[in-house]
Amino acid sequence: MTWGAVADWAGAACLVLGGLLSLVAGIGVLRFPTVLDRMHAATKPQVLGVLLLLAGVALRLRTPSDIGMIVLVAIFQLATAPVAAQMIGRAAYRSGRVERPLADADQR
Amino acid sequence: MTGEPPARTGPGGPAAGADAAPPPARARTRPWRDRLVALAWMALIWCLLWGRFTWGNLVAGLLVAAAVLVFFPLPPVTFGGRLRPRALLVLLGRFLTELVVASAHVAWLAVRFGHRPRDAIIAVRLRVRTDLNLALTAELISLVPGTLIIEVDRDRGVLYVHVLDARGPEDLAASRRRVLVTEARLVRAIGSPAELRLLDTPAPADPGRPGGFADAVRPVDRGPEK
Repeated sequence: MTWGAVADWAGAACLVLGGLLSLVAGIGVLRFPTVLDRMHAATKPQVLGVLLLLAGVALRLRTPSDIGMIVLVAIFQLATAPVAAQMIGRAAYRSGRVERPLADADQR
Repeated sequence: MTGEPPARTGPGGPAAGADAAPPPARARTRPWRDRLVALAWMALIWCLLWGRFTWGNLVAGLLVAAAVLVFFPLPPVTFGGRLRPRALLVLLGRFLTELVVASAHVAWLAVRFGHRPRDAIIAVRLRVRTDLNLALTAELISLVPGTLIIEVDRDRGVLYVHVLDARGPEDLAASRRRVLVTEARLVRAIGSPAELRLLDTPAPADPGRPGGFADAVRPVDRGPEK
């Protein structure tokens, strides 16, 4: 097997894994009970899923200019996903949409 | 990891105040350096977006970056620290591992049937209160297991953190510890010597008591009670 084939297979594995993680993130957003729980699903598995998808694409394409773009996408994904989740979480918190019985350590 | 910060007594190393963050006065005197870094970074992004490094792209990127800096000025975020490659590698490695663990944790919670996660909101006071440290710590802890930033009190250096799947006080204490450990790792990687010394001061809130400073929790008016 050549290195190219190895990279292709590794890229394929990354793509499948990333897709599965994104799917699980979607399931989490659907199933978690509160806004803030859903934001957990929308940050962690989602970010790792996108990173894996990008790694898969990079392993498949293997050209410097594409890899530059992919690195850029990864950086901005890492930087913006927590900010987006924080904006939504803060809006929910400020408008009192955080369910009291669940947020039970609040103001203890 | 737990190495003592070098005892540095030189220019620019004033006695670190006991409570406040180190004054960014030294960094304030270098606005040109900050602007140059921003200019170079934006020009680099421009070239990466075009996918080719040509002189034309470089010049266009510099022009666009200069226009952005002139027309959309942002409050200065000064970087007064220094990069430490080894600590940076530790930070990166631990971050990637924790991102994987966090994803597995959330994924498991998401596909588990009949489980309703209990959650909590805690307030964590950071030891280093610079804007850069607050922002980066907030970003990082949103991607490590169990914690999510929901509010930042910039003046007091307090992060309000949502804890997923907290079953008892020990989980809250663990989350608080995790936030402080993440901060320490970050400061060891990019902090200034004065900030490193701040890490040795005990954490402002007693980690054993989740309600250690009840006045700090509930940061905002949440409107009329339901």
